[in-house]
Amino acid sequence: MDSLLLLEQTLNGLQFGVFLFLISAGLTLVFGIMNMVNLAHGSLYMIGAYFAAAISQWTGSFILAILLTIPASMLVGVVLEIVALRTLYDRDHLAQVLATFGLILFFNEVVRMIWGPGGQFLSPPDYLAGHVEIIPGAPYPAFRLAIIAAGLIVAILLYVLITRTRIGMLIRAGASNRPMAGALGVNIKLLYTLVFGLGSVLAGFAGLMAGPVLSVEPGMGEPMLILAFVVIVIGGIGSVRGAFVASIMVGIVNTLGRTMIPYLLGSIISTEAAQTAGPAIASMLIYVLMAAVLFFRPQGLFPARTG
Amino acid sequence: MKYGFAATALAVAIAAAPASAADSVKIGFINTFSGPQAIIGKHQRDGYDLAMETLGGKIGGLPATTVYGDDQVKPDVGRQVVDAMIKRDRVDFVVGEIWSNVLMAIRQPIVDSKTIMVITNAGASPIAGKACSPYIFSTSWNNDQNAEATGKLMGEDKVDDVFLMAPNYQAGKDNIAGFKRNYKGKVKGEILFPINASDYQAELSQLRAAKPKALFIFAPGSMGIAFLKQWQASGLGSTVKLYTVFTVDYLTLPVVGDAALGSIHTNYWDPEGKFPANVKFVADFKKKFGYMPSHFAAQAYDAPFLLDSAVKAVKGDLTNKTGMIKAMEKADFPSVRGPFAYNVNHIPIQNFYKREVVRGDGGKPIIRATGIVFADYKDSYYKDCKMKY
Amino acid sequence: MRSLNPRVVVILAALLLLALVPPVMGALNQPFYLELFARVMVFAIAALSLDLILGYGGMVSFGHAAYLGIGGYAVAILSHYDIGNGFLHFGVAIVASAAVAFVIGAISLRTSGVYFIMITLAFCQMLYFLGISIEEFGGDDGINTSRSDFGSLLDLGDATTLYYFIFAFLAGFLYFLHRLVNSRFGMVIRGINSNERRMKALGFATFRYKLLAFVIAGVLCGVAGALLANLTQFVTPTIMRWERSGEILVMVLMGGMGSLFGPVLGAAVFLLLEEYLAALTEHWMVIFGPFLVILVLFARRGIYGLIPERSGRNG
Repeated sequence: MDSLLLLEQTLNGLQFGVFLFLISAGLTLVFGIMNMVNLAHGSLYMIGAYFAAAISQWTGSFILAILLTIPASMLVGVVLEIVALRTLYDRDHLAQVLATFGLILFFNEVVRMIWGPGGQFLSPPDYLAGHVEIIPGAPYPAFRLAIIAAGLIVAILLYVLITRTRIGMLIRAGASNRPMAGALGVNIKLLYTLVFGLGSVLAGFAGLMAGPVLSVEPGMGEPMLILAFVVIVIGGIGSVRGAFVASIMVGIVNTLGRTMIPYLLGSIISTEAAQTAGPAIASMLIYVLMAAVLFFRPQGLFPARTG
Repeated sequence: MKYGFAATALAVAIAAAPASAADSVKIGFINTFSGPQAIIGKHQRDGYDLAMETLGGKIGGLPATTVYGDDQVKPDVGRQVVDAMIKRDRVDFVVGEIWSNVLMAIRQPIVDSKTIMVITNAGASPIAGKACSPYIFSTSWNNDQNAEATGKLMGEDKVDDVFLMAPNYQAGKDNIAGFKRNYKGKVKGEILFPINASDYQAELSQLRAAKPKALFIFAPGSMGIAFLKQWQASGLGSTVKLYTVFTVDYLTLPVVGDAALGSIHTNYWDPEGKFPANVKFVADFKKKFGYMPSHFAAQAYDAPFLLDSAVKAVKGDLTNKTGMIKAMEKADFPSVRGPFAYNVNHIPIQNFYKREVVRGDGGKPIIRATGIVFADYKDSYYKDCKMKY
Repeated sequence: MRSLNPRVVVILAALLLLALVPPVMGALNQPFYLELFARVMVFAIAALSLDLILGYGGMVSFGHAAYLGIGGYAVAILSHYDIGNGFLHFGVAIVASAAVAFVIGAISLRTSGVYFIMITLAFCQMLYFLGISIEEFGGDDGINTSRSDFGSLLDLGDATTLYYFIFAFLAGFLYFLHRLVNSRFGMVIRGINSNERRMKALGFATFRYKLLAFVIAGVLCGVAGALLANLTQFVTPTIMRWERSGEILVMVLMGGMGSLFGPVLGAAVFLLLEEYLAALTEHWMVIFGPFLVILVLFARRGIYGLIPERSGRNG
C-alpha cells in the first residue's frame, strides 16, 4: 500500500462524496424546510439517469443530455410535488414514509415498463473518456475528475444561492423557523415548490453524472438514498453546508475503508475471509460514524434549526 | 417475473383438477430477467426459445409449455421462484440458472422433489463433487475448468507473474482456485470485488500499484462490460496483458468493441465450429434474433435437445425418472459443441479452446479459436461425486 | 364480553379461516398455498410485534427486520454445527433477540424523532453487513438449514404440523399482546406515547418501560424469524435489510397500527396481494405502489380502521 495508491483512493473517495452531496443537498433542503421524509428522492436520481441515457442514445451528444435532463428533472419533481406530495406536508413522518415508499415501487416499475428490466448504457463523451495524469505516475479517468469538478462547482453555486440571494435567504428562513417565515408573509407554497424543484434538479444531475460510471437500472436509487439519509443526519438536517462536509466524510471513509480494511485484515485472517469481511466492515463503518456523531452532537454537525 | 401461465393454473387449481400426467410437458425456465445482468438472461432465453422452435414446440413428441421465472440474481428469490414452479406450476423439468450461488440455493427444492434439472450455465463445484445429484445435469461446465485451462495457457505463453480479480461469490472463488491449480508463476495480488460491482476504480488503482505482467479477471455479463470500458479508459492495456474468463464473449463484445482487442480467454465452444448442429444453430440464431450468439445462448440451446432425447427414450412416460436419467447420461443428442460424453457427475467432458479477440473480415472485432488447450477435459471434482438414486 | 362487535367478529372469522387452511388445501391438493398462508402468519407475527412499539409505544423502528434475521440465524447456525434440538433453537433465538434488542434499544431510545428512525435503521443495516461478512455461515449467498427437532412431540417436517405450530404462536401472541396492552404496563406505554413528559412527572421511569417494550417486541419477532427458517429451510442476510424493515412497517400501517389485529390483516393483504397481482401481470408494482399511496391518503387508520366498531375503544 504505497502513498500513490492512497492518494488515488482519496480522490476516489472525493468523487463518491461528490455524488452523495449532489443527492443529499436536495434531500436535506426538503426535509429541513418542508419537514418531509421523501423516500422517492432516490427515484428522482434514477429518472435523471434514465433521461440522460435516453437523450444521449438518441442524439449522441452528452452536452445535449445535460441541457435537456436538467429541466426535465425539474419538471418531474414539480409535477410530483403538486400531484402527490403536497397533501403529505400536514401528515406525520410515518404517513410520508409509507406514501413515498409506494412511490418508489411505482417509479421503479414505470422505468422497467418503459426501458425494460435490463440496464441502460450511458457513455461519457469522447473527450472525457480518456485519462489524465493528475497524480504523476497514476493516470486517473478524466470523467471522474469531471464529476469532482462539477460537484464542487455546484457546491459553490449553491453556497452563493443560499447565502447571497434573496431566495436563499427565504430558504434559510424557512429551514430555521418555518412558522415564523410563514407568519412574515413569505409565500410558503411557492417556496416549497421551488425548493422541491431545486432538489429534483440536483438529484437528476447526480443521476446524469453517475450513469457513465455506475449502471443505469431500476432500483439504482435506493442504495444511494440510504447513504444520503445517513449523510444528512450526520450533517444536520436542513443544512447544505452540513451535507457537503458529511458527504465528503462519508465518501472518503467508505472508499478508503473498502480498500484499506481488507488489506489490514489480510494480515490477521486469510485473504479470502478478509475479502468477504472487509467491504462489509467498511459499510458498517458509515453507520458507526453516524451513531458516533449523533452521540456527541444529537442534532448533527451543522444543525439548521433554531426554532 | 413472468407468470403468464399461472393465472390459468390458478383457475385450474380452484376447479380442483389434479395435474395431468404425460400428455404434455411443462418446463420451468429459471434465469435472470431484471437488472443489468438481464442481458445474459436474454441470451439464454433466446437460445432456449430457438431450440424449442426448432423442435416444433415438442419435447419427445409431447407438446411443451414453459413457465419463465426471474431470480433477480438473488439466492432467496431464486429459491422462492423454483419452489413455486415445482409446487404451484408443477413443472416436469427445470432448465436454466446462470449463477452458482443461486444454484446452491435452489438445489434443495429440486433434489427434494426429484425434479430433473438441466443447468444451462452455473457450474458450482459442489454440484460436480460432493453435492452431485442424479437429477441434475449440465449443458455448460464446471466453474473452474476455463480458469484451469487459462492457468495452463499462461504457463505456455510464458507469463510468469499475474494479478487476479474475480467477483466475491462461489464462482469467483472457484475460478481463482482453479487458475492457481494449474498456474506455476507468481501471483502478485488478488482482489474479490463485490458481485455486480460496476465501479472498478479502486481495484484498477491497486492493480496499477502491483505492476504485474498480466491480469486474469473473471467478470461475467454487465460486470465485464463495465470493467472493459474502465480498463480501456485506464490505459493499463499497454503494460499489462489481459487474460479473461467469461468476461469477453459475444455478449460483451458488441458493447465494448475494440476495448477487448488482443485479450485472450478459453472456452469450450468454438463459434466457428463446423459441426452440423452448430452451423445450423448459429445461422438460425443470427437470422431470428439479428445478433451473433454467445456461449450462453449455445448452452441454453442444447438443453431442450437433451430433454427431448430423454422423453423419447421413455416414450413419454414422465414418471420414469430413472429411465430418463439413464438416457440423458448417454448425451445422445446433436450438441453445438460436437459429440461429447457425460462424466459420472453429469458434467460434460469436452474440449477447451484458446480464443482470441482479433479483427474480423469486416473490420469488427471477432472471437477466433486459435488452438486447443485441453482435449476431452474432465473437471476436478468428479471423484468426490457418489451418486445415490 | 362485547357481543357482535364487528371487529371481534372479523378477528374470530379470520382466525377460523386460517385454522381451516390445511384441510382445505389438502382437499384441493395445493401444498403451495399452505406454505403461502404459513408465510403470511410468520410475517403477521413480525408485524404484530412491531405494532406493540409502533402503534402503542410511538417508537418508529426502521430496524425491526433485524430480529427476523437473528431468529433465523439462531436456527441456521445451530443446524450448521449439527445441533438440531428445537428447544435449543427457539431458546437461543429468544435469548439472542432479547440481548440484541436490549443493546440496540438502550442506545437508540436516547434519541427521538427522525434520529431514532435513522439509528434503528443503521443498526439493522449493521446486522445485515455482519451477516454478509461471515463466510462460514454463507455470507451473501445464504445458508441451508434443517428444521427444528422436537423429537416425538412434533414433527415439523410435516407441512400441516408446521402450519399449526405457527398458528399456535400467532394466536398465542395475539392474546398475550392483547392482555399486555390492556395491563398496567400497557397503559404506561400508551401514556408515554401520548405525553412522555407528563408520565415522567408522574414518577414513571419512562426509559425503562420503553426499553422493556422494545425488548419484548424484539423477542416476538425473533421467534417469527425462527419460524421462518423452519418454513423456508434457507436463511439469508437479505432478510435483515432496511427494505424488509420498511415492508414490515408498511404491513403495520396498511393494516392499521395500534390495533394488534390490523397488522395481521396488513401482512395478509400485503403478501396475498403481492402473490395475486404477480400472477396477473409482470408489472404489478405499478398497481401496488399507488395503492399504498392512496391507502395512506384516504384510509388513515389502515384497513382495520375501515371496519366499523360498536364501542369507542380500540383493541
